[in-house]
Amino acid sequence: MTDSSSLPASARAVVVGAGIVGNSLAYHLARLGWRDLVLIDKGPLPNPGGSTGHASNFIFPVDHSKEMTQLTADSVRQYKEWGVFTESGGIEVARTEERMQELQRRMSSAKAWGIEGCEIITPARVKELVPYIEESVIVGGFYTQGVGIVDSLRFGTIAREKAQELGALQVFANTEVLGIDVAGGRVTGIRTTKGDVATDTIVVCCGVWAPKVARMAGASIPLTPAVHQMIDVGPVPHFKDTKGVIEFPIVRDMDTNMYERQDGSGLEVGSYAHRAILHDPEDIPSNEEAALSPTELPFTQEDFEKQMEDALELIPEVLNDESVGIKYAINGLLSLTPDGLPLLGETPEVKGLWSAAAVWVKEGPGVGKAMAEWMTHGESEIDLQSSDVARFYECQKSRANIRARAAEGFNKTYGIVHPTEQWESNRGVRLSPYYEREKALGAVFYEAAAWERPHWYASNEKLLEEFGDRINRREAEWESRWWSPIINAEHLAMRERAAMFDLTAFCIFDVIGPGALECVQTVSMRQMDVGHGKVVYTPVLSPSGTFKSDLTVMRLSDEHFRVVTGGAHGMADLKWYADHAPEGTTVIDLTSGWTTLGLWGPRSRDILASLTREDVSHAGFPFGTCRTIELDSLSVLASRISYVGELGWELYVPMEQGAKLWDMVWEAGQPHGIAPAGIGVYGTTGRLEKCYRAFGFELDADFTVVEAGMTPPKVKGADFIGKEAHLKHRDSDPVAILCTLTVDDHTSKSGQKRYMLGREPILARDGSRLVDSHGRGSYVTSAGAGPSIGKHILMAYLPPENASVGEELLVEYLGEQYPVTVQTNDATGVFDPENTRVRA
Amino acid sequence: MRILCCVKRVPITGGRMVLTADAQAIETKHLGFTISPHEECGVEEAVRIVEASGGEVVVLTLGPDEAAEQIRDCMAIGADRGIHLVSSEEWDAQATAGAIADAIRADSENTGPFDLIVFGNESADAGGYQVGIRVAYALGLPVVTGLKGLTIDGGRARCEQEVPGGRDVYDVPLPAVVTVKEGLNLPRYPSVPAKLRAKSKPLDARPLERPASRLEKLRLVVPEGSRKQAEILGEGPGAAQRVVEVMQQLGVA
Amino acid sequence: MSVLVFLESADDELSSQALTLARSLGDVRAVTVEGPYAPAGWAAAIVEAAGGDDIVGPGSDRGNEVLAHVAAQLDLPFAANVSEVRGDELTRIRWGGTLLEEAKLHSDRRLVTAAPFAFAPASGGEEVTVLSPFPGNGVEVVDHVAPDTGGKVSLADAKVVVSGGRGVGSAEGFAILEELAALLDAAVGCSRVVTSAGWRPHSDQVGQTGTKVSPDLYIACGISGATQHIAGCKGAKALLAINADREATIFAHADYAVIGDLHEIVPAITAELRKVKGS
Repeated sequence: MTDSSSLPASARAVVVGAGIVGNSLAYHLARLGWRDLVLIDKGPLPNPGGSTGHASNFIFPVDHSKEMTQLTADSVRQYKEWGVFTESGGIEVARTEERMQELQRRMSSAKAWGIEGCEIITPARVKELVPYIEESVIVGGFYTQGVGIVDSLRFGTIAREKAQELGALQVFANTEVLGIDVAGGRVTGIRTTKGDVATDTIVVCCGVWAPKVARMAGASIPLTPAVHQMIDVGPVPHFKDTKGVIEFPIVRDMDTNMYERQDGSGLEVGSYAHRAILHDPEDIPSNEEAALSPTELPFTQEDFEKQMEDALELIPEVLNDESVGIKYAINGLLSLTPDGLPLLGETPEVKGLWSAAAVWVKEGPGVGKAMAEWMTHGESEIDLQSSDVARFYECQKSRANIRARAAEGFNKTYGIVHPTEQWESNRGVRLSPYYEREKALGAVFYEAAAWERPHWYASNEKLLEEFGDRINRREAEWESRWWSPIINAEHLAMRERAAMFDLTAFCIFDVIGPGALECVQTVSMRQMDVGHGKVVYTPVLSPSGTFKSDLTVMRLSDEHFRVVTGGAHGMADLKWYADHAPEGTTVIDLTSGWTTLGLWGPRSRDILASLTREDVSHAGFPFGTCRTIELDSLSVLASRISYVGELGWELYVPMEQGAKLWDMVWEAGQPHGIAPAGIGVYGTTGRLEKCYRAFGFELDADFTVVEAGMTPPKVKGADFIGKEAHLKHRDSDPVAILCTLTVDDHTSKSGQKRYMLGREPILARDGSRLVDSHGRGSYVTSAGAGPSIGKHILMAYLPPENASVGEELLVEYLGEQYPVTVQTNDATGVFDPENTRVRA
Repeated sequence: MRILCCVKRVPITGGRMVLTADAQAIETKHLGFTISPHEECGVEEAVRIVEASGGEVVVLTLGPDEAAEQIRDCMAIGADRGIHLVSSEEWDAQATAGAIADAIRADSENTGPFDLIVFGNESADAGGYQVGIRVAYALGLPVVTGLKGLTIDGGRARCEQEVPGGRDVYDVPLPAVVTVKEGLNLPRYPSVPAKLRAKSKPLDARPLERPASRLEKLRLVVPEGSRKQAEILGEGPGAAQRVVEVMQQLGVA
Repeated sequence: MSVLVFLESADDELSSQALTLARSLGDVRAVTVEGPYAPAGWAAAIVEAAGGDDIVGPGSDRGNEVLAHVAAQLDLPFAANVSEVRGDELTRIRWGGTLLEEAKLHSDRRLVTAAPFAFAPASGGEEVTVLSPFPGNGVEVVDHVAPDTGGKVSLADAKVVVSGGRGVGSAEGFAILEELAALLDAAVGCSRVVTSAGWRPHSDQVGQTGTKVSPDLYIACGISGATQHIAGCKGAKALLAINADREATIFAHADYAVIGDLHEIVPAITAELRKVKGS
């Protein structure tokens, strides 16, 4: 067969994969002015045979994640704009009381993110809406009016046509990628079965095939193809008179990990309950070989046995009917990632190679738009940072880890996932040099960025007695899960005496060379041209003046800066600095070279002084400085800063010397009553009392520096990313103000004391939502105990009219409302507001 | 009525045949399985007859362990029990017919003779066109093939065999062997409760040794493509004029 | 080497092809059988006439049936639908022709039928002996019913077939194909996907388990070209494929192609035909 046209010799960008993501991205790029775009797919159009082609195409707008909810809402808006959205309503039903609590959490998230038309309903009401359901097996439901189905293939076709109408796009079906050319770490071209195209930008949107294509360029897109089963039964007598595709609400049977939705005259029953069935990207059949399509694989009956029984229990009226036959049954392929979030952004390995993979139909158009904005402006309107493909460390990208985590996460698709819940598979990968010491002390390890970090220590149980009723206990099971009152005891020990912290999970990278100052100056908001040995805590802004990160930078010499940032987002930060490093400047990851031990508390100076001959007095070692000192026989880079609001230091030694450092600090600390303390204190209680902001909680791409209450007294003269926007923000009124609140009364209707965990909506005393002028609702960004002040602390952005100290508001937690009061509306801490301890 | 249906497990292929490295079989790692289309109609017909007049439908297959899946599928549309002659080797038509005839005789001894034995006219894969006929000879029964119509009445079978221009009609006494073709009926889809019931219906499985093949498969070969270069007459409705010209050239318009 | 070839008739295509095969195997004696069709009786007559010779038949339904009876009566292996014979080795078709099997016959005599269209029609006639059937076992044709086609052309006989697949989309979608077929005096066919969905009756199905057609022109609309469908239409003299997927497998078997949406193209062809016919 000869083609009517051939691939152009060059293109501004090549999009690989014409599923919902590729189509949407091509359109939005065209809309943003990109021309000479090429979209290819190895299958035919309009349905090339990827996951989009067989997707169940329904959208439930409410998610616990703000980012995913925003992307979904934007996608729904786009689907509606082009007339391919049909509203049906949807109900998540609960078979257990435990699930009812989870539905309350859904309601909470709906309020926090502003999704309207949601309510908790009774089994009787469920039965009214879905007459063929067996209401005796359910105890309630979470109804969302805005649930609907979409025609994702039609959307994709319209997207392509619109881009073509703009003269911006050429589309080539039946064109398979054979290779990607890379030179000097950048994309230079793509080779296909229909010819080669020179280009410096390729976006991989081909879902289950993405890892295979990325590998051609030497990059990694860490997902695994996985099965989810679905069957279609019919004809269903209840649907005889349906005009159109759907008239009854879609049902998500959460406790059995299944869904049931009407599809014309049939009922589609899907399952995420079976064993994880993972495939390899290299082992997916071609369009020609597959009986149906490459992502519609033969159904494995034995994996659906239990599901048939579960579905029969819930919908016997339909499924027990012998005239209703199973007409279609597949093992459908979709993409799963290690943490369940999409893979978006430029790959860290190859410049110009972008990933837009592991995206569901419900967020496809939103991702297309956001990716196009990212590629055009360097940032997107909707924050994509938790889906940044650059977030993974090497050890997380191994096939074994991807598969282990994907398999573990799969059965949690409709699961009840506690906000602090820990992974079980593939643990113990990154161990700090203090690991054995910590184990001996009964450390309860939580994982972050594949590191094992003590969250608290069982050996500190004795502190509970010491601090008696200053320790807040929790009564209810939910907030007691993945928590211990020992955290509060460790906190008090630190405030009273001293504590030592394992901070090895910090991501540490150096910026070295003649362009190092220019690099850090451009990327960091605060002044970087400081003296040697200065430590600067700085926000990192996006071009629009919102947060890309926050971290500390140590100037070690003229052309040598050391950046220290949180492990979870470290790799993305590293890429950002590296992307802005001038010629001849090195940005190098030293995370595995240095270990960090934190030492804080009123006695920390005494402890440190006992180990060194150096002058570590306040005058001798000022706050915000760093220098190398000798601690006993070790040469230690000590940095005097604090994220817990205490006097103290971060102590850095080469990784192999860590155990010795631990031992010496431990010994020296014993007479002073030092306690080992975990991330429960470092990440939550310590910082909340000081109202220190955390990236990913208070600081993200939705809020500006001014709104976060972190406006510096002066703006440096040197240029930096986000400067222009920040200057404008300084001159205008903030749309929202970050406040710290405390809970006045924890007593629930049943008389139990309840403790919020985060992301709950903040309401006015009359129960109405607080919404700022940008339409953003107030919600708890962080929540935790403040043991030193005996209060439970919440942080939230509030509309200015509600952001006064003393303002009385409500927080809604698991369906009940509790009174809260604003304590501060700036960065002043609720404990030691003058910062006397830090500057002691 | 006691009816026996013989079925064969075959892969559901796509648009292209891919062989295993040793060219002995189709590569099936991405393929699902079913029974031949003719046989689907055979089982459906048997179930309908027994639904109307009572009796039993037995499904028999000669195939690997996994072929039990196909027997359960037949049970899910109404077969009552199954006989599984287990062998992972490929049997030629003659040997297959011999094993089936033996199994039928054995079963008949236990539970009485079958009134009707149903085969597909030919299997989807090997397409030998002979197993049903050979079994009929082995059992000394009349056989009618290629049926598109079948009516059982008063111990006789009125059979309609498809021929060019219409159907030839046969009238044979039971017991008899018939081979049927797709189009005999529109088979039903199994319901969920039927699938669940199928799991516990009796299935008698026994291993068999394959005798020497007299039509011995040496290897499979994917034929070369037809290598046609289609002449593109145009794209979209604008091509209509050219199409009609070609039709006139071909003498059909 | 002497070969007996069973011909269904003196001039049908598949019998002619069988004759070509037979001639390649040795000295041919051609027979046909007259009388009401009774497969066992016909086979017995052929068995007697063949003596110890190889027996060849056409790969039609009847040819395969008769030869299978022959094989059962002789208790010999029988290879249906062979495309090549080389001594005691042969190639036969599987899956309606999309796969080939190379096999070895362990037998003194070769019993084979010729795969349809694997051999050229025989050039020149052949003297045909007419046999009378032996008394059979009572299984014989007692009646014949012709389907009520309502005067429409039968699929098997049509000179032109307008056929639709999944791309047609629905039962109603076939209206435009029927309109075109009416103008061309053609039969309407369809793929197995269509009959399984219940859009058309099985009698319209073209394919390995449907009707095998050999029209002058086969128009495949929205048919992807699955192997079992090709098995039914590869006898067409010319094949025109209409499909929106430029790379659909059907095009590898097509003589002519139109790329695009059949819902626009088929009515356009109908309109053009009307114009040209002046109606």
